[in-house]
Amino acid sequence: MSSLLAFAAPLILATAEEEAGHAVVHYGDGGILAQWAWLIPVVPMVAAFAIVFFGKKSPLKGWGMAWGSMAFVAVYGVALFISNMIEGINYQGAVSIGDIGTDASGNTLGLEWGWMVDGLSIMMYTVVGVVGVLVFTYAKGYMEGDIRYTWFFASFALFGGGMLVLVSAPNLIQLIVGWELVGVSSYLLIGHYWEEHENTSAGIKAFLTNKVADVGLFIGAIIISLSVGSFRFTDIMEVVASGDTHSTLARFSFWAGVAIFIGAMGKSAQFPLHVWLPDAMAGPTPVSALMHAATMVTAGVYLVARMFPFYNTPGFADDVRWIIIIVGTLTLFLTGLIALVADDIKKVLAYSTLSQLGYMMVAMGAGAYTAGLFHLFTHAFFKSLLFLGAGSVIHAVHSNNMSDMGGLRKYMPQTYKTFMIGSLALAGIFPLAGFWSKDEILASVGFAGSNYTTAQGGAALGNFVLVVAIAGAFITAFYMTRAVSLTFFGEYKGHGHPHESPKIMTYPLIALAGFSVVVGFINIPGVTSFFTDGVAARFFAPGDHHATGLNYGLAVAGTLAAVGGIVIGYFLWFADKETQQERDKFRIPVLYPLLEHKYYIDDFYMDGIVRPLRGPVARAVDWFNGHVIDLVVNGTGVLATKVAKAVYWFDQKGVDGAINTSAAAASGAGGVLRLLQTGRVQQYVFLIVAGTVVLVAGFIIF
Amino acid sequence: MSSFENGWALTLIVFLPIAGAAVVLAVPKAREEAQKWTALLFAGVSFVLSVIVAMQFDYGDAAATQFGTRSDLTWIGAINSNYTIGIDGISLPLLVLSGFMTVLAIIYSWNHWPEPHNPKIFSALILVLATGMNGTFVALDLILFFVFFEVVLLPMYFMIGIWGDRNKIKVPVLGIETEMRLYASIKFFLFTLFGSAFMLLGFLTLYFQSGLETFNIGELAAGGLAEDALGNLAVWVFAALFLGFAVKVPMFPLHTWLPDAHTAAPTVGSVLLAAILLKLGTYAFIRIAIPILPEQAQDWAPVIGILAVIGIIYASFACLAQTDMKRLIAFSSVGHMGFVMLGISTLTDIGINAAIIGMVAHGVITGLLFFVAGSMSHRYHTRDMGRLGGNQKLMPIMGGILGFTAMASLGLPGLAGFWGEFLALLAAFNPLAGLSTTLFRTLMVLGAIGTVLTAGYMLWMLQKVNFGEPSDEWADHDLHDVDKYELAAWVPLVVATLAIGIFPRIIFGATTDAVTAMVQTVFGG
Repeated sequence: MSSLLAFAAPLILATAEEEAGHAVVHYGDGGILAQWAWLIPVVPMVAAFAIVFFGKKSPLKGWGMAWGSMAFVAVYGVALFISNMIEGINYQGAVSIGDIGTDASGNTLGLEWGWMVDGLSIMMYTVVGVVGVLVFTYAKGYMEGDIRYTWFFASFALFGGGMLVLVSAPNLIQLIVGWELVGVSSYLLIGHYWEEHENTSAGIKAFLTNKVADVGLFIGAIIISLSVGSFRFTDIMEVVASGDTHSTLARFSFWAGVAIFIGAMGKSAQFPLHVWLPDAMAGPTPVSALMHAATMVTAGVYLVARMFPFYNTPGFADDVRWIIIIVGTLTLFLTGLIALVADDIKKVLAYSTLSQLGYMMVAMGAGAYTAGLFHLFTHAFFKSLLFLGAGSVIHAVHSNNMSDMGGLRKYMPQTYKTFMIGSLALAGIFPLAGFWSKDEILASVGFAGSNYTTAQGGAALGNFVLVVAIAGAFITAFYMTRAVSLTFFGEYKGHGHPHESPKIMTYPLIALAGFSVVVGFINIPGVTSFFTDGVAARFFAPGDHHATGLNYGLAVAGTLAAVGGIVIGYFLWFADKETQQERDKFRIPVLYPLLEHKYYIDDFYMDGIVRPLRGPVARAVDWFNGHVIDLVVNGTGVLATKVAKAVYWFDQKGVDGAINTSAAAASGAGGVLRLLQTGRVQQYVFLIVAGTVVLVAGFIIF
Repeated sequence: MSSFENGWALTLIVFLPIAGAAVVLAVPKAREEAQKWTALLFAGVSFVLSVIVAMQFDYGDAAATQFGTRSDLTWIGAINSNYTIGIDGISLPLLVLSGFMTVLAIIYSWNHWPEPHNPKIFSALILVLATGMNGTFVALDLILFFVFFEVVLLPMYFMIGIWGDRNKIKVPVLGIETEMRLYASIKFFLFTLFGSAFMLLGFLTLYFQSGLETFNIGELAAGGLAEDALGNLAVWVFAALFLGFAVKVPMFPLHTWLPDAHTAAPTVGSVLLAAILLKLGTYAFIRIAIPILPEQAQDWAPVIGILAVIGIIYASFACLAQTDMKRLIAFSSVGHMGFVMLGISTLTDIGINAAIIGMVAHGVITGLLFFVAGSMSHRYHTRDMGRLGGNQKLMPIMGGILGFTAMASLGLPGLAGFWGEFLALLAAFNPLAGLSTTLFRTLMVLGAIGTVLTAGYMLWMLQKVNFGEPSDEWADHDLHDVDKYELAAWVPLVVATLAIGIFPRIIFGATTDAVTAMVQTVFGG
């Protein structure tokens, strides 16, 4: 034990410097708060196991433990957040869990568990903790009476733990561990109602799509860590910071960067690996809110942020930036369009999430570290609010389909009001949270477009992306107007009498609505910069290229686009309440079928890849196994008995003795067998003899 | 140095089980309790001794042979074969694993006796098997190694042949209809014997043609003298050893005995086969083939790597086609051993280290998978996944353990299986200097793609078996969830899976220094 503790000593109590040209900022080590931050991932993890074993017998059936662990994380996270605002924290601790050998240049590669306490991870602790505890509160009401109530909270706490393992990771290995832990809890929770085949299929789809992306993550992590000789982010960034473009890392950086980004594309559901997220809505709504909107799906963005200097330093993976921008742009635009045709309210929100994740990636690609993370931060609040609101509605009308809803504003006033706030925040309406973060992204894309007029065609692409991003803002407002209209306005189309959800569900909605209003204010360009300063506390200068002032032109353009979306949406779905649902069925040729079939991407994956592999290809391999390889094997068997007979016939003298001995031994064994059972002993005794003959013959021939 | 450290401890670990077998055989047939307790006692003491050895092992000097006999303890004087045994950091984890699995197999057997029952002979066979397995991991003399390597054959052959699956199958090509157990046991026996014959041939050639006239592994390996002396013959010797070891692993395309043997074997047979027997082959590559014939190993590494990765992909596809749950798990072993062999083929310390932790993890995880699959087929009387379904509802704890193990088997990070897989891929990026990086990096990518397929068949298996509504077929069946013997045998495996996953130093603490030193000595760092 003592040796174990020795490794737990803090490894780096570093000071970091801002980008050249800026003031040198010294960061603190966070004191005892940072040293004990390992509790943040460990507490929910322990809670998850405790719930599995003791949950059913505990008074709150496991909810209490899960909630308590998230509340702990929330309090700890907020404490760190505040402490980080006062003095930036840079701390990492680690425990060695074994050395695995040496790399090509003789460095010992060691595995470690550790915890990173810096601006980026603190921001994530806060989001996971605060949104988490609200969602867990809500879930108590939402999951009441569920057949697997205790198990639900065990899996949910496992998610919390996994997510915090991920964001606290100071090295690539731990990141991968957390990465897959959230993957497996996602699989479990999507398939929570596993009696239905569809739900488990959705879980498998999520897991496998992510696993495909993980091939990239694995390879990227391998290339980077072997090039650097360490798994630690700080060591990797040291090489990046050295700017040594002849280093091994620099040589491999393009492919490593692409590979890591492929990993990020899976978790953050970027086009064309986005297909799993809409299906993931099969899980209970609190899961959709916390995992598939607020936190887990942002892990890809987080990963790019963690590796940000690597992507943003010339000579390293900066070529990959344009791939990131293009993928992000495609995602934000194409998936946003699908949200227009979905009837399932959760799917509308899921496609919306995809679209917003696209925005975050665009920002990361554009070199706007802060802008991307800020959108991640604000989005977590208003999108989880929207999901929980949708859950409240679903809870009331027992259907996911907006065609079964309508007019709910009268029945569910709290849900309605909070949902409106969430929608406006998402649409980017001043002064709600989404306005500020989306504006920062637009500004930073504009900034990138005008500052990277490099060989990669920066300016043209930047302007194109800017146009698409503004169009995306229009689409966002448009589909949210539709969703709000169809759900809360018009006539109620469902069955039974919908009613407002209990307080345990509406209070979290109100709290999240409050956050959705105010969290944008912490980073008003030119006024406040708490967020910018907070996430800038890093071991290495992120090299952020976001715009610091409010770009009025883009802010106005973005707002106009959003207002335009609301106005047109209003006329399309809202104005005439009687016929809104008929108008929703209005079909545009070509475009509508294309959107309804999700650009046929899912179909292609299923019919073009999965089914052929599971069916014909797998069967062919199995057939090959039984009929080709075993043809040789069994054929040899047949041949051997024949040869054996021939050898016996021709070469009695030489082989005689050996055969007799073997035969005697074999029939002795046969005698034992006969005592034990009444099978057809002779048959295989004969075969044993035959086999022995072959072997003996073999020895003699050789 | 006490006699405990001077060979006696290991000798007891190896031979207590077979002594136990003799005692079990002496117990009257009717007294089954006495037989079981005797078997448990002997296997248990052997295992406890191996744990004591592990605790007294000097990890600071893991590369050195410890607890060994003096090398001049003559065994067969005429051919200069000595009773040379000992362990180092490479063999220690496997020795402990072997004892561990044997004890769990006996505990599980307590009330799970496959037809035709007869606990007496069955326990005796497990104990004989244990001696063979333990012996293989401590033998440092080739003849001794060969004998132990072969000792495991017979008990396993009888286990499959007598207690195996009695369903009729029609053998392709041979065209005869026979019971599964008969076909499988003979196939297993002959296949392995076929390999062993070549292996022995290789050993003999080493003895005679190297001019060293010794079977001592250390002496043969020292300074690459044996390989130099063999000259052009070395390639054939390696080929012979390769055949012998690769059949046991098994490597594609020598693997076809395995699905049949596993499917037909009784539960405990499958467990020990998967957990330990397969490791004899991979261990032999690390212990014998690479140190004695390093230059050949470098020449053969691409072949081994390619076959390993073919095995990964091929086995995954074969798994996707299976309808029989046990057969699926059996094929998955081929894939997992592919990762182990990929690690070995890189000839780097990381790769070989990955192989060893992969071996231990596969032993624990696939052992548990076979336990669960066996218990399920015992209850449902079928292994057809098309008829199963909703197991999670019928037997929640069993389903939960199956789910956990399947996740471990697909290499979930945080559980034991991850390290072997990931580090094998990692090692393939930078193989030993002189090996083609292009080839091995391609293999790395293909192997990584294999992990996707692995996840696919495991998850689809869970979907078919665990999830959904149970079929009406089982409505009137008395399906009781796990019993206490099952729990006693499985919980330690679950704990081990978690422990190695969270704190891999349990294994790396022993292996890393030993492997690094070996690679340094053999390939000059």
